Amino acid sequence: MNDNLDGSSPARGVSAIAPKEGGGFPNPGLAPHVHRQADSDKRAERRAERVVAGLFLLSVLGTAVFIAAYFLVTPTGTNIFAEEGSTRAVWWSNLITGLGLAIAVFFIGAAAVHWAKTLMPDEEMVEERHALRGTDETRQAAAAIITEGLQESGIGRRPLIVTTMVAALAALPIAVLAPLSTLGPLPGNKLHHTFWKAGMRLARDHDGTPIRAADVAMNSIFHVMPEDLTEETEHFLEERAKAAAVIVRIDPALGKNEESLANGHEGILVFSKICTHVGCPVALYEQQTHHMLCPCHQSTFDVTDGAKVIFGPAHRPLPQLPIEVDAEGYLVATGDFPEPIGPSFWDIHKDK
Amino acid sequence: MKLGAVGGDWLDERVGGGGLVKFFARKIFPDHWSFMFGEVALYSFVILLISGTFLTMFFDPSMTEVEYDGPYEALQGMHMSRAYESTLYISFEVKGGLLFRQMHHWAALVFMVAIFVHMFRVFFTGAFRKPRELNWLVGFSLMVLGMVAGFTGYSLPDDVLSGNGLRVVDGLMKAIPIVGTYISMLLFGGEFPGTHIIPRFFTMHILLVPAMILGLIAIHLVMLVAHKHAHYPGPGRTDRNVVGFPLFPVYTAKAGGFFFLVFGIITLVSATTAINAIWVYGPYDPSPVSAGSQPDWYMLWTDGGLRLIPGWEFTIFGYTVSLNILLPMVVYGGLLAFLALYPFIEAWVTGDDREHHVLDLPYNTPVRTGLGVAWISVYLILAMAATNDLIALKMHLSINDLTWLFRISIFVAPVLLFWITKRLCLSIQRQKRNLVLHGEETSRVVRTKTGDMLEIHEPLDEFERWVLVQHDDFRPLKAGNGVSALRAKATSFFFKDRIAPVSPAELREAMEHAHHEKHVIDEVTDGDYRIPAEKAMH
Repeated sequence: MNDNLDGSSPARGVSAIAPKEGGGFPNPGLAPHVHRQADSDKRAERRAERVVAGLFLLSVLGTAVFIAAYFLVTPTGTNIFAEEGSTRAVWWSNLITGLGLAIAVFFIGAAAVHWAKTLMPDEEMVEERHALRGTDETRQAAAAIITEGLQESGIGRRPLIVTTMVAALAALPIAVLAPLSTLGPLPGNKLHHTFWKAGMRLARDHDGTPIRAADVAMNSIFHVMPEDLTEETEHFLEERAKAAAVIVRIDPALGKNEESLANGHEGILVFSKICTHVGCPVALYEQQTHHMLCPCHQSTFDVTDGAKVIFGPAHRPLPQLPIEVDAEGYLVATGDFPEPIGPSFWDIHKDK
Repeated sequence: MKLGAVGGDWLDERVGGGGLVKFFARKIFPDHWSFMFGEVALYSFVILLISGTFLTMFFDPSMTEVEYDGPYEALQGMHMSRAYESTLYISFEVKGGLLFRQMHHWAALVFMVAIFVHMFRVFFTGAFRKPRELNWLVGFSLMVLGMVAGFTGYSLPDDVLSGNGLRVVDGLMKAIPIVGTYISMLLFGGEFPGTHIIPRFFTMHILLVPAMILGLIAIHLVMLVAHKHAHYPGPGRTDRNVVGFPLFPVYTAKAGGFFFLVFGIITLVSATTAINAIWVYGPYDPSPVSAGSQPDWYMLWTDGGLRLIPGWEFTIFGYTVSLNILLPMVVYGGLLAFLALYPFIEAWVTGDDREHHVLDLPYNTPVRTGLGVAWISVYLILAMAATNDLIALKMHLSINDLTWLFRISIFVAPVLLFWITKRLCLSIQRQKRNLVLHGEETSRVVRTKTGDMLEIHEPLDEFERWVLVQHDDFRPLKAGNGVSALRAKATSFFFKDRIAPVSPAELREAMEHAHHEKHVIDEVTDGDYRIPAEKAMH
């Protein structure tokens, strides 16, 4: 076992193989074969045969169940186990169709495997391996063919062709960039701005109704969108993906960040809901600790301190939407977020 | 029987069918339960193709917005994409639709489990050694493509869970220096989420990726036939032969049957166990996300690092570098690169350029086995870190403490587990060595006239012994003479702690000693090794 198939030693370098002391042990060859019951006992053999046949028949039964389920246990039409069109009907349809198919296929497998294990020969056979490496003649012939082919092509004698060929092959991949560029627009300043503008009311995310400052109780949280952002808006989902924000209200005495408080209204603060790590909505608010937690990777933001990161993988605070109260008492934005929302990117701190 | 009798004449004269039968039908494959993981992977891929084809008949990969008016009451009147609506249609209205959806998803999970287990069977038994290095790389690529197939697949229904998965991917891409935002814009066809990503993923998921997987599987299997299957050490098995059963009829029945068994079990699970109930999550909307958002299991590890990394980010010349994203990516790349390159690293260390067809028993390669276990431990810690919110919830732990525990253990655990595994392997080697030299202990002790206590040992027969003495052994190299200092260090790391295999001379000596002992024991017992209680029974 210390040699290659052809008895050679490593072609290159030094091998760390330890020589076998005393030449090692000789391989004793295949152990004597032990016969199975079905090989010697006619009754065991017939029993095995009947089991295999029985398993195949079970599969036929499964196929019948599967086909029958398509007519008798359907999700929206006839269903002998549940009311038509109910969720239970879907459940039953899935179960019976599935069990039928499972039985149909499983028992074909069980029969075939049992057949092989009990009735087909179980005496091991030996097949010789051959070295994958070609014989020396083959290798020489191969090398000669390549040399000859290269000479015929004249690749060594015609540098002009070679150079231009390399140039052509090198230039072609650049062509891929052209169709690639049509896959989407360039970023431009899109990532730097959201739908929010001065004077835009903050509206409840689920029903679009605007929110009065008086509605925001202490320690409550509102998920908000710009009131003007509706399903008719162009790029509705894209705008929602950037504009999503939350309103929280804290006791101003708890506030540790003057600038943050100044951008709010009597402790009502509005932060981007999009995590500054990889962009999940920061949906969990712990009222007791005034922490906002991102459920994706657990970045934790302290809203009493300008949504500064206090735990987890995010680095930048959640951008704060500056607000005021309009004449009718509704919360309105006084402008867009002062910096880009969501995950960081290369030129996030460049003005655009 | 003549070929003509089975319609073979016609085929043989047109495609040389006779030659094919002669070449393939009696190919020998060795038998071992651990060889079935690759088969499971192959068969679950076939099930993926079958169930996937069914799904394409009904799925509409479109992000056009529609209002739901189907039978599922909780979502009636809601706005959603056609992709999501048609997934609901498949689940609630198409006969057998839910079954095939669940089979497709379960088969994907089984596919990835089988690939990983198969990969580590190959790793721990050294089946990646010459001549199988290329096939290892093909298998590695299949593993990576499997993840791509899985991710592009579970993103298609356009539900809240998969949508947030896409959003994370968008965030990851944006972090790539210089070109990140461009890549994101090109992939999504504009800003996230846009209206292009589902149709684009659909093309990748049903055409591009499966075609690549299919092609690589073909190469994988052609190489398998060219190399002939490796086998475990055993009497009569050598690097120059393969011992087992022929493809026809034994493996036709066994492997063919096994396909149906895998198919049956996946179907049974899909009939009884719900998976990816997208109607519970709701259609994708950029605003909501629920706690307990995890990807499919094989993508967990890619999320774990994102949870463990502290909030490191710096700005240089006004440009931002997000280490809190890039560093985990580098770690993931490193983990994958280690796997891909390991066969070449080990071949460089051993300098072994022989063909290997007899597999290693994992305890005979303590350092390789230790490295494999260390790799798996990092992988599992990352996967567990991706479920830290669920673990914290179920076990009433602080998520911050748990995160810190994982942060520390990702450095400590692999080192510790490497060391433990290596020592365990060496212990097993010592035990096997004793077994070869002294045979099986029988727990029967004899007291001689002089008061010595001797245990009766049952010697191994030569077939049992062969498995324990056949393995190769390596030793550290000294630097110089064509051995670089680095390689000398590497061989020392791999082979410094070494239990030399039993040599024939040692065995002879041990047998002589045993013979002498047997003589003493026979004198006391008259050759009757039964204990007194057994004697009394008769």
